[in-house]
Amino acid sequence: MNPEQLLQEVQEIFRDNFDDETIVLTRQTNAEDIEDWDSLEQINLLTAIEKKYGLKFNLADVRGLQDVGDLLDLVVRLTA
Amino acid sequence: MEMLQYPFDGAQVLQKKRALKKQLLQTPGLIDKKIAIVGGSTVGEIKNMLELFLLNLGIRPTFWQGEYALFYQNVVFDDGSLAAFAPDILYIHTSNHNLRLWPNPADTPTEAAEKLNDEFAYFEAVWQAAEKLGCPVVQNNFEDPLWRNFGNLDASDMRGRVHHARAMNTRMAEYASSHPGFYIHDLAYLAALHGLDAWCDISTWYAYKYCCAVEFIPALGHSLASQMGSLFGRTKKALALDLDNTLWGGVVGEVGPEGIELGSETPTGMAYAELQQYLKMLAQRGVLLNVASKNEEAAAESGFARADSPLKREDFLCFEANWGPKTHSIAQMATTLNILPDSFVFMDDNPAERELVMQELPEVTVPPVAVPEQSIALLDRAGYFEVSGLSADDIKRGEMYKQNAQRTQLEHSFGNYEDYLKSLEMTAEIVPFNPQQLERVTQLINKTNQFNLTTRRYTNTETEHCMQSDAFITLSGKLVDKFGDNGITSAIIGSIQGQTLNIDLWIMSCRVFKRHLEYAMFDALVQAAKQRGITTITGRWLPTAKNLLVKDFYATIGFTLVSETEQERVFSYNVPASYQPKNTVMKVEG
Repeated sequence: MNPEQLLQEVQEIFRDNFDDETIVLTRQTNAEDIEDWDSLEQINLLTAIEKKYGLKFNLADVRGLQDVGDLLDLVVRLTA
Repeated sequence: MEMLQYPFDGAQVLQKKRALKKQLLQTPGLIDKKIAIVGGSTVGEIKNMLELFLLNLGIRPTFWQGEYALFYQNVVFDDGSLAAFAPDILYIHTSNHNLRLWPNPADTPTEAAEKLNDEFAYFEAVWQAAEKLGCPVVQNNFEDPLWRNFGNLDASDMRGRVHHARAMNTRMAEYASSHPGFYIHDLAYLAALHGLDAWCDISTWYAYKYCCAVEFIPALGHSLASQMGSLFGRTKKALALDLDNTLWGGVVGEVGPEGIELGSETPTGMAYAELQQYLKMLAQRGVLLNVASKNEEAAAESGFARADSPLKREDFLCFEANWGPKTHSIAQMATTLNILPDSFVFMDDNPAERELVMQELPEVTVPPVAVPEQSIALLDRAGYFEVSGLSADDIKRGEMYKQNAQRTQLEHSFGNYEDYLKSLEMTAEIVPFNPQQLERVTQLINKTNQFNLTTRRYTNTETEHCMQSDAFITLSGKLVDKFGDNGITSAIIGSIQGQTLNIDLWIMSCRVFKRHLEYAMFDALVQAAKQRGITTITGRWLPTAKNLLVKDFYATIGFTLVSETEQERVFSYNVPASYQPKNTVMKVEG
């Protein structure tokens, strides 16, 4: 998958979820950068990404995700 | 809102929750309710979904939330904050993860039985402690466990976990049936409906301590909101039904009653027959069935004349079989039955007909009927007709509406309205609230919208308090006439302040509009007020979208308007030394 396209799609999921069209993601974006991004929202974001790419993250996959870059790498790894 | 109407896309609802909430908060006429949530696992998103679906029913909740997994402590050892919140509903969010005394293979049968008793006592302590809140309590029952150590034997052996969870559910059901105000939210059914493996997603539990997979949280919120909506009187009352290819297969006007597909001869015919049986059961518990069909009346009726047709012509109240627009038919039904269009669910297989109704009568709920084998699920799972209890009145409702139709016929034969009323040979029984009628009175308070001066809603406990306290005058009115018993159809609650009586609540069911029952009620109120030394009666009209009917009601019975703002109109009445009864058409028993 084209990394730029993946970033755009994930950004769309974030915008939808936080109802905020101004969100711009980079690989470095993390929970500090988006006010409402807490553990509860983390679950929603992961669920939405699972749904979008037809994935099922296992417990080990989602531990230690630090930022959007980690998330994108995970999707790339599982869809490869 | 369309995105929240069953069958909704849960993933989409989760994603769009912020936008949806913003939009729903704009809805005019929302009613405010306080909901306390205590839980045995993560509540998080469940609260958000419950909020969305309640807003969709016109209820704006404010929440109080206990600490994580401390439902027992929050209720049994309330530090005062829960009671101070004074919830309208307490929701106890538990699941089988909160069963603590699972039996194990080493137990003797006696030990296993004791565990079950102790487990039940633990929850019973919570429910008993919750009684002091004086509000309805809703708790999930227990879904089947995912693992069965004994395999199939788990279901029958006292030491099996499946047996333990199911036995708890049976005990809970017994408790609910003997404790009004305690309601089971059937989590076990929901889990089974969506599939236990999918529902009890084990990674979601380990990682986030959610009792169900995130994708099902919208379904959980919807189910809870439907149940709570029914406790607040937010359910539908009537169905407007198309006939051809909705209640039977084929066009009866073309193929005749013998040619339509209905009954056990074909798979499709079986689906239609079962749908009709389902509808008949809805009618038996008070849902009002009506026909909205583009047909010749005789042809439409002939379909129900078939010996094997589960529904008969007499199961319907309004039978609108004509070539006019269906929006007109539904509006006509609303007038005849004296209920509002927002009480209707319209079922029609034709998307064009549905679209027209959605455009012209947006208050009407319009499920996307597609194929007959899915119609029951579409109605059943949407929760439109959720019911929190079955009163004797619910069972008789269809009959009562039918009697009303007979009254209307009689009315046309009289030139003078008062003569007509006298010919009905009415008797009103107007008495202070009593324990036998309490449930019905509360139900009436919570679902009456039109003749409702203040639209204040009461829980059973609040109504009971008014009944017992000397600081209140309460009256319920029951009306019987030569066509039948209308049951309890009016209620007044007045609070006494020195020599003034404030009418906090005055309601009357639309079923008995224009029968002068309101006059008889007022006569009784004045009489009761005099006995208590009241000199002034104050009445308020608090406007809502639905109670315009009674804007000037107090003025018509002799009150004086003393102040008027956008929020309320206040009226006052000086109790005269000699009072001339207003009712002249019915006998009153007190």
